[in-house]
Amino acid sequence: MTHILEVKDLVKHYGDFQAVKGVSFGIAEGEIFSLLGPNGAGKTTTISMLSTLYTPTSGDATIDGHSVTKAPMAVRGVIGVVPQDLALYEDLTARENLVFWGQMYGLSGKALAARVDEVLSQIGLTDKAGNRVKTYSGGMKRRVNIGVGLLHKPKLLFMDEPTVGIDPQSRRAILDTVKDLNKQGMTVLYTTHYMEEAEELSDRVGIIDHGELIAIGTQKELTRQVGESETLVLHVGENDDSEALASALGGVAGVIKAEATDHEVSVICPEAEDVLAGVVTKANERGIKIRSIDIREPNLEAVFLHLTGRALRD
Amino acid sequence: MLKTFLIGLKDVRLAFRDRAALIFMLAAPFVLTLGLGLVTGRFSGNGGSGLSDIPVVIVNLDDGQIGQALVDTFQSADLADLVEPTLGSDPEAARRFIDEDKAAAAIIIPAGFTRSIIPQQSDYTATGSAPEAVQIEVYANPQRPTSAGVIKAIVDEFLSRVEEGRLGGEVSILQMLASGRITAQQAEAAGTAMGQRLQDQPASDTLAIQINSSTQGDEAVQFDALAYIAPGMALMFLMYTVSYGGRSILAERSQGTLPRLLVSPTSSAQILGGKVFGIFLTGVAQMLILIVASSLIFQLKWGDSLGVLILVLAAVFAATGWGMLITATARTTAQVANTGSAVMLIFGALGGSFISLEQMPLPVQMISKITPNAWALDGFTTLGLGGTLIDLVQPIAALLIMGTVLFAVSVVLFGKKDLAQK
Repeated sequence: MTHILEVKDLVKHYGDFQAVKGVSFGIAEGEIFSLLGPNGAGKTTTISMLSTLYTPTSGDATIDGHSVTKAPMAVRGVIGVVPQDLALYEDLTARENLVFWGQMYGLSGKALAARVDEVLSQIGLTDKAGNRVKTYSGGMKRRVNIGVGLLHKPKLLFMDEPTVGIDPQSRRAILDTVKDLNKQGMTVLYTTHYMEEAEELSDRVGIIDHGELIAIGTQKELTRQVGESETLVLHVGENDDSEALASALGGVAGVIKAEATDHEVSVICPEAEDVLAGVVTKANERGIKIRSIDIREPNLEAVFLHLTGRALRD
Repeated sequence: MLKTFLIGLKDVRLAFRDRAALIFMLAAPFVLTLGLGLVTGRFSGNGGSGLSDIPVVIVNLDDGQIGQALVDTFQSADLADLVEPTLGSDPEAARRFIDEDKAAAAIIIPAGFTRSIIPQQSDYTATGSAPEAVQIEVYANPQRPTSAGVIKAIVDEFLSRVEEGRLGGEVSILQMLASGRITAQQAEAAGTAMGQRLQDQPASDTLAIQINSSTQGDEAVQFDALAYIAPGMALMFLMYTVSYGGRSILAERSQGTLPRLLVSPTSSAQILGGKVFGIFLTGVAQMLILIVASSLIFQLKWGDSLGVLILVLAAVFAATGWGMLITATARTTAQVANTGSAVMLIFGALGGSFISLEQMPLPVQMISKITPNAWALDGFTTLGLGGTLIDLVQPIAALLIMGTVLFAVSVVLFGKKDLAQK
């Protein structure tokens, strides 16, 4: 399969801090690839290097055959970027924003006008195109932010956590937009720290943590790494010592691993029903009241927990 | 180039949609001009120009009546409030007086001035040629360009009238000779009589040059107090505009649009060029709006249109250079805003926006030369006194040099900045 993006040993240092430590991966044409990791994992730095905003400390990447270090201008012509934070002129209308950014990508005249209309329709803002962006809701602004990245029909679209801080309805609309774009043949590199988004959208997922790509593959391939395990999530009281409970549960027969996070204890086990009684008993012995219990099938959260010993969250 | 232009246009649009910016760019200079105009009595029709008792030394070496008529003009009641003439006899002493900054200008009327204008029979050479013309010298004090400009304008107006009269007389004599009404022998006597009437005229008429007077004819050269106040205010708030524009570079970085531009197929040079172009365009638009508005509303005559336009372009260029330097040395938008406000006020004071530079001590006048305000205000004053583009060579050259140097320094400093980092 042809790789539109090929990343080789990409490294970025900020002084003594290593933000990205030798990341390598490839993305096939027409694929949605998600970089999944907690905040500060190195997702945005990686995308910033791939989009030529930052120069890598070492390593390189090619996009559609162009090196990001040697031919950045050629790379910029084939990529679209949807940054994590809104990058719009709020005193301009949505249409004015799209026209301006289209011009920056070399569009002009009737082609530009037609493409702006198409994108406005795609992001569902045709009716409000004449309003200044500052009057929009957060979700509408996010949609314009995405629209800007689509204007020149890029071969590869970078989307850096595009759903952060928006309402569920707008989030749903954005995820649907990403799927539609992919159906139209656009390759997408999507970063997120929401496991559900990565699971719903991605053909393949790369899990990144502390600047390192620690796993890569389809969801099935990744969950296979934690076996056919299930995850038992115990919700405990605010004053209960979840750390102590996790430590105690490690000794329960059938438990593979137990980790505490906030007021939850995640217990990985082959069969949840087999360990449930032992877990509850252990909690009672410790005087910890379990408020509720969730049983989860193997997922990327479990994979991350399995690989890092930590939950996938801020 | 196109992208640079488009980025600049976008910035102009954004600037003119920012209400807070509009208050400083347009409303504030307009209101202050209006306020100062009211204080000086400009709108009540009886105000002064802020210029009075301009010291001038007159050395009259002419033994004829035209030289005396010029002296009488300066000593007339019409100009009593405006000028304070002192009569001298030694041209060198008069020039030294000016060099020592004791007066705004010296007027040296050379010997034979009257006879060079109205030659007599005995003045013609053997070949019949008229005697060589001699010229009045106005030795101007560069430290007092406005006052010296007023003196020069008075002399120019006087000479203009004399020349009109001389030409009129010459034509009349020739006509009378041609029609046989006088003989060649009577021509000299007729010319002398006309000359006598001509000399009497300037003294008896009200001099065309008046300060802030609305009673003069259209041809009168007027220096309107507002012609000093309005450009002073416009130039002061031009410094706000350029620092606002500079601030937008850092604001775009923090709001993410600059990184987004940097990942589009647009070079850093195009982006920075576009931002600078935007500042320049905004500044030019601001100045032109203020000029047009004050012309329409206050009936203010800014002077030669081409001169005004070129001077505005040069002034905004230099001011943009300052805006870029402020931005290049700042880390945050707040730093640019604070520094920009301070520079606006300091340059306004130093550049003569509040008090005429001539009333400031010499060291301050020297320091004021680092401000675009001082040079541009000098230029606008020259235009207000009837000057044209050709009279603006010095201020325009100074503004262009200032802008070029500041841009060069700013580009070096920007090269050390990482524009991609938020």
